[in-house]
Order: sequence, then C-alpha cells, then structure tokens
Amino acid sequence: MVGRRKDTPGDGPGHRQGNSDPEVRAIVRDGVLVGVATGAYGISFGAISVASGLDVWQTCALSLLVFTGASQFALVGVVAAGGSPFLGALSGLLLGTRNTLYGLKVAPMVGWRGARRAAAAHILIDESTAMTITRSNREHARAGYLATGLSVFALWNLATLIGALAGDALGDPRTYGLDAAVGGAFLGLLWPRLDTARNRVAAFLGAALALALVAFVPAGVPVLAASVVALGLGLISRGGDGEP
Amino acid sequence: MTLWLAVLGCATGCYLLKLAGMSVPERALAHPVLRRTADLLPVVLLAALVAVQVLVVPTQDGPGLGLDARLAGLAAAFVALLLRAPFIVVVFVAALTAAVMRL
Repeated sequence: MVGRRKDTPGDGPGHRQGNSDPEVRAIVRDGVLVGVATGAYGISFGAISVASGLDVWQTCALSLLVFTGASQFALVGVVAAGGSPFLGALSGLLLGTRNTLYGLKVAPMVGWRGARRAAAAHILIDESTAMTITRSNREHARAGYLATGLSVFALWNLATLIGALAGDALGDPRTYGLDAAVGGAFLGLLWPRLDTARNRVAAFLGAALALALVAFVPAGVPVLAASVVALGLGLISRGGDGEP
Repeated sequence: MTLWLAVLGCATGCYLLKLAGMSVPERALAHPVLRRTADLLPVVLLAALVAVQVLVVPTQDGPGLGLDARLAGLAAAFVALLLRAPFIVVVFVAALTAAVMRL
C-alpha cells in the first residue's frame, strides 16, 4: 500500500527522482520509443477517421477521451461501413473490455489508490500494460506504466490531429495505403502474441469466424463475435499459461 | 449529433472499463477458465481485426470478402515482422506496398 515514490500520473519525466537508477532510465527511454512508434499509427487513425465521415473535432475527441486504439478504429470502421454510430460505439466498448483484464494485472503491480488510480486508469492500454507487467518491482512497473502511457497519450493525440488535418487536405487515404496500414498495425500488435501453438490456433479461428460472418451481420459485429473463440478455447484448453 | 453521442458514450464506457480493471480485486481473474479466456481475447480480437481490415470490401449487397492491394500490404508487413522490423516500419511498409500497388 505504501509506495516508495510519490509520483502521480501528472508528473513528468523531470520528477523521476533524478533518474538515478539506470534501469529506470532505460525503461523510460523504451516507453518513449513505444510512444513514438504508436504515434505513427495515430496519424493513420486521424486520417482514416476523417475519411470515414467524422469531423476533425470528433476524431480528436476519440483519441483524447476514448484513448484505446482498437476501440477507436472499431467505431470509425463501423461508421465508414455505413453502420450505426451506436453499433460502432458498442463495438468499441466490447473491444475495450480487454483493458479491464489488463487492469487486473497492472493494478497490483503499480499499487495506486484513489485519485491517482482514477487518473492512471485513463492511460491503461495495450502498450502501457505490456511495458508494465514484465517488471520485477513496483518502481520499475510505475516507471514503465507512466513513461509508456503518457508518451503514447501525448504522441497519439498529436498524431491524430496531424492525421485528421492531413486527411482533410489529402483526400482519399487509400491513395497513400492508409487502409492497408491499419491491417499491418493490427498484425504488428498481434505478432508478439503468436508465441504459442494455442494462441496461433486461436488467432486462426478468430479470423476465420469473423470472415465467415462478414456477409451476414452488421459491420463491427464479426470482430465481436470472434471473441467466443477465446471463451471456447478458454473452456477446453488446459494447463498453465505462464501468467504471474 | 448522433456521432457525438456515440463518441462520448464510447469514451465514458471505455474509461469505466479501464477503471473497473484497476479497481476490482486481482482474484476476480483467479478462475483458470476466465484467466485463459482473458489471455486469448486480445489474440482473437486482433486476428479478427487483421482479417476484417484486409479482406472485407464493400459490395452492392453490403460488406463482402475480396482481395485488393491491402492484402499485398499485409504480406509486406508479415515479411517485415519476420525480419524483426520495428512496429513503425511494419506499418509504413504495409502502407507503401498498398500505395505502390495502386499506382
């Protein structure tokens, strides 16, 4: 309960106790690099969102307030396909449930309470989780979480604005392959998870089920329906999963 | 207006989902089936997103399956990942390949 450090999610890198621990410095540097890499993806989000029929303000509001990439892409993807915005929001929400699961792993590692926890929750995403749950102590976990989460938040939102303005100016994002960039980005996020046979089977079945449903259900639903594969394999598979 | 409601509703819900994860006890994930499902969920959803993003095309009857430059982009991304390229390069290669295919 008693943290050794008093930093809050609002603290910048300048407050990190002088960065005396070289490991913390390395963790912060890696977090910033993840933020830069994710920013590029934010440009494509901004451009695609505007091309999908949202205005620049709505696009920026998604990145500022929803701030979880797959959910944002799901919402604009449904709108682009002619689906109801509310179905898009629902798709985004169901994809956002994975952040709940991330929170279960992250919360005991960072050990925040009250207002700090409420503030920290906003930057609970794939990247901040990945850069936190492998740490060996609370200080490193907090450094990884804050450095990654805040870097991604800053650069994702900046990139979204740039992408939205550029998308407005450039016209059809397909000319620049931005639609293909989305698939490449999702594959890049999936790639490190394909490290076990079980996960590869799950990925194949999830993709196959989604594609099988595409022609029969509203846009956005196939991806959600694929989640039953996770439940099904969760029920029938056995053994340890190496989780802490 | 509908779009704004959807944006704000999604934002509120997504934040509450994050806060719930940070707030409920860790043992909420203790059951092995729930734990395995939790680990598999992002794998399955990301795989489904890859497939749908790359292979779904609009048709007169609504969304359908089809092949276009996006698949070439995904193949290029796959090769980049095999070569251990960083994420930003993977995304760029996918976009560049698709853009070149459409010239």
